[in-house]
Amino acid sequence: MNAETVRLWLDDRVGIGSIAAVARKKEIPVHRHSIWYYFGGMTLFLFSVQVGTGILLLLYYRPSAETAFESVQFIVTEVKFGWLIRSVHSWSANLMIATLFIHMFSVYFMSAYRRPREMTWLSGVLLLFLAVGFGFSGYLLPWNKLAFFATKVGTEIAGVIPVVGRPMLRFLRGGDDVTGATLTRFFGFHVAVLPAIATVIIGTHLALVQMHGMSVPPGLAGQNIKKMKFFPNFFLRDLIGWVLAIGALAALAALFPWELGEKADAFASAPAGIRPEWYFLFMFQTLKLIPPKILSFDGEVLGILAFGVGGLMLFIVPFLDKPGKPRRKRVFTAIGVIVVLYIVALTIIGYLG
Amino acid sequence: MKTPTHQESVEHLGECAQCPNSSSKAQVDLDDTGRRRFLNYLLGTGLGATLIAIFYPIIRFITPPQVIEATQNSVTAGKVSELALNSGKIFKFGNKPGILIRSASGEFKAFSAVCTHLDCIVQYEPEKRQIWCACHNGQYNLSGQNVGGPPPRPLEEYVVNTRGEEIVVSKA
Repeated sequence: MNAETVRLWLDDRVGIGSIAAVARKKEIPVHRHSIWYYFGGMTLFLFSVQVGTGILLLLYYRPSAETAFESVQFIVTEVKFGWLIRSVHSWSANLMIATLFIHMFSVYFMSAYRRPREMTWLSGVLLLFLAVGFGFSGYLLPWNKLAFFATKVGTEIAGVIPVVGRPMLRFLRGGDDVTGATLTRFFGFHVAVLPAIATVIIGTHLALVQMHGMSVPPGLAGQNIKKMKFFPNFFLRDLIGWVLAIGALAALAALFPWELGEKADAFASAPAGIRPEWYFLFMFQTLKLIPPKILSFDGEVLGILAFGVGGLMLFIVPFLDKPGKPRRKRVFTAIGVIVVLYIVALTIIGYLG
Repeated sequence: MKTPTHQESVEHLGECAQCPNSSSKAQVDLDDTGRRRFLNYLLGTGLGATLIAIFYPIIRFITPPQVIEATQNSVTAGKVSELALNSGKIFKFGNKPGILIRSASGEFKAFSAVCTHLDCIVQYEPEKRQIWCACHNGQYNLSGQNVGGPPPRPLEEYVVNTRGEEIVVSKA
């Protein structure tokens, strides 16, 4: 039995020929902005690293207030290569958020969300919120002091939202306070609820990308653009990126192993120098700088609502910025630049302060 | 998609097999749409009731139950000898943290240790003689008043009584 017989047998039963045909047909435009096409695939690759290392951590992790910290301690001190797996999981999570942001902003600035790709953008924004949810729920799981206070503050922020806030806070915490009940819930979100939702949305996102092909920036429209075969030309380039990412992850994990810190204590003061993960830092710094009262409203409530509205605005970008309105496009570019500058500036202040 | 009513399908066929004569045609059609509407109503309410029967318990299940706790009005927060002048400590007041402070002049003060900004646990800063929250740099004076940073309200103050060596804190 040779390979061709196997291929024909399989093609007859599962139609692998059609998949191969799609791969053969797919082409990538080659132009001066092509570099940005790599970041979606890179995000997907880092997500798969998260799935792999996450499953490995599950073999030892025990989700309760009494055992969580000790089980992570056991993983990083006793289990062979436990430090590596845990550090890669943390580092890959952070790099994934970074590549996701780059991917999102590149799509934004190249107006790739325009017709017919509005739903691709929407599914992408959902994936951004899911990734943040993964980060927030996973951060609590080692049950250390930083995680404990980050979760207290984060869930309290949800509680500030009018009307639905309080029930949402109790739903997230599994009670009125951050306790072992919160840890159990976050564990469930992190390893069951979010992965299930992410699987469906990633599938949709990728299917839509296949359906519409790669978007060419409006500035280059009408020009004669070269194309590159996705398979194997672009795929092999993707692969080089992924191998580099594995190298970067291994180096980061070895040189800067992720700290475990001290076990959470519900009756200890928040430690000095406490701050959240870098991707929350610009919001954290804003909440720190906002005055307690703006007119007669609580400053933090206004700040939190402003971020909430900002997040919701992301969803409607493709419905506001439409082709054929260059002035509006310039407004969107300006808003994007201001947002990026704001995030970068507040993050730097957060690190210095 | 709109399904054709009996009347429409009858009109389409051009004759009514079920109608003995044309005068009763309208009557039969009326009965039939009424019957269809009744069945749709049954199906709809049945489906609605089933969905409620499925989702109501789920929504109640994911909402954590209110834990009723014996309300504690006073607690022994510590001993006089364990607190140096110009220092503070966190104590348990039921399931909430409180902060007990001995000022530089020796006076005892107690407050809720929950920052009014975003729920972090505050600490005493001996150098600045103030209460400080490390999370977002909230500051309170020794009367619990919010004097700096983002906190919108003062800390809840408790009554402190010393009974010999024991420091008893109670809610006002």
